[in-house]
Amino acid sequence: MTPELNSFPRLAPGCRLNEKNQQPRTLLMPERALRLNGPSLEIVERCDGQHTVQQIIVEVQKIYSKAEPHKVEQDILGYLALLQKERALDFVL
Amino acid sequence: MASIIPNPLALIAELTHRCPLHCVYCSNPLELQARTNELTTEVWSRVFKEAAEAGVLQADFTGGEPLARPDIVDLVRAARSAGLYVNLITSGLPLDETRLAALAEAGLDHIQLSFQSAREETANEISGTKSHAHKLRVLDWLRHHHLAVTLNFVIHRRNIDQLEEMLALAESSCATRIEFANVQYYGWAFANRENLLPTREQLDRSVEFLKREQERLQGKIRIEFVVPDYYAKYPKPCMGGWGRKLMLITPTGDALPCHAAQVIPGLSFENVKDRSLREIWEQSAAFQKFRGEAWMQQPCKTCDRREQDFGGCRCQALLLAEDAAATDPVCSLAPLRPKVDAILAAVNLAPVSVGAGLAAPAADPLTRPVWLYRPNPA
Repeated sequence: MTPELNSFPRLAPGCRLNEKNQQPRTLLMPERALRLNGPSLEIVERCDGQHTVQQIIVEVQKIYSKAEPHKVEQDILGYLALLQKERALDFVL
Repeated sequence: MASIIPNPLALIAELTHRCPLHCVYCSNPLELQARTNELTTEVWSRVFKEAAEAGVLQADFTGGEPLARPDIVDLVRAARSAGLYVNLITSGLPLDETRLAALAEAGLDHIQLSFQSAREETANEISGTKSHAHKLRVLDWLRHHHLAVTLNFVIHRRNIDQLEEMLALAESSCATRIEFANVQYYGWAFANRENLLPTREQLDRSVEFLKREQERLQGKIRIEFVVPDYYAKYPKPCMGGWGRKLMLITPTGDALPCHAAQVIPGLSFENVKDRSLREIWEQSAAFQKFRGEAWMQQPCKTCDRREQDFGGCRCQALLLAEDAAATDPVCSLAPLRPKVDAILAAVNLAPVSVGAGLAAPAADPLTRPVWLYRPNPA
């Protein structure tokens, strides 16, 4: 499933980032944990129900301005879809 | 041998052995600890800090019934502020709406609510108490909280034909995860094994059903399924490998590499009252005993799968092969696999009616088994 660009991704209940002072940054979820770094952390930090998918794409493209924008967009969409499939993310319209 | 010992990732905190339920497959040891021997709030709080410092990410609060501890809200708060992800594995029985709200406010992340069946009669028989109706109320209250909710069903011969009803219960609730965990045969379950092991036909049907449902519910509910390892070709990587990922603390503070480790003769366990968690993890004889590969016998010693399943389960090796260092006898390559096959043959020969389909509510003609119920310690 491809996420809608105008939807607001939000971490699912019981899924959260560990605290800023805890390294490495990790997405904690029931019975599992996902280490995050670089782009994956930039994306997950913005899955707060306040950013649309489109806004996340624009902001992350700015951070990785040397990368090809279309490729960044595709990677973000793929990553968000994966998190949703893993039940770590909800898309709120 | 100087090798790097990986950090533990999860701490299983067995807060108490007290429990209002008497489940016939309880994973607690046969010898249960009384309340007077339990660790204090202060010691547990220190253990949570030490766990987070040692790299632990998640704390699983279990028991017995963890809610039997009057200080449960303080314990959740202590673990959360130590930096841990807090998971409560509970029957939901000693819970009301006020206490649930207090747990959520204290930082509880995930609640695993155990159900014995989707049918009240089966559930109450298995748990040896009237518990089902209250669990349904708890499930309803959970909608009002921002917690991850898992429904946990322990599966066996008496309820494996009810998976469809169990899944329907999950779909009508706020759960995002459902665990169908077949009984593992230790402790109380080992004593009740003949009445609990499903038939191969039952198992095959359940696997087929769940594969289908996993696909249908993808992105909505995660379905986890644990098969009874007696039917598996290869053993489970028990605890993710001895002393590799998990650490269990008993109600009295003994640090164990796995739930059932106390059955293994000759192992002595260190206590969190005496040493730090990291010291115990890295140095205690019990954690060293089956860590790595040096202890392995053939066929494990040279097996290609030894880094995947670590020789299987040490406690099962002891229970079935009477040698904790043997290859887990459930492995198809184990010299003692015929012993497991004989157990399965007996189960599969017995005339068992499994109903007409997964949802078949037909009366179960099995003669009512004589269960050995787990008691509640003082």
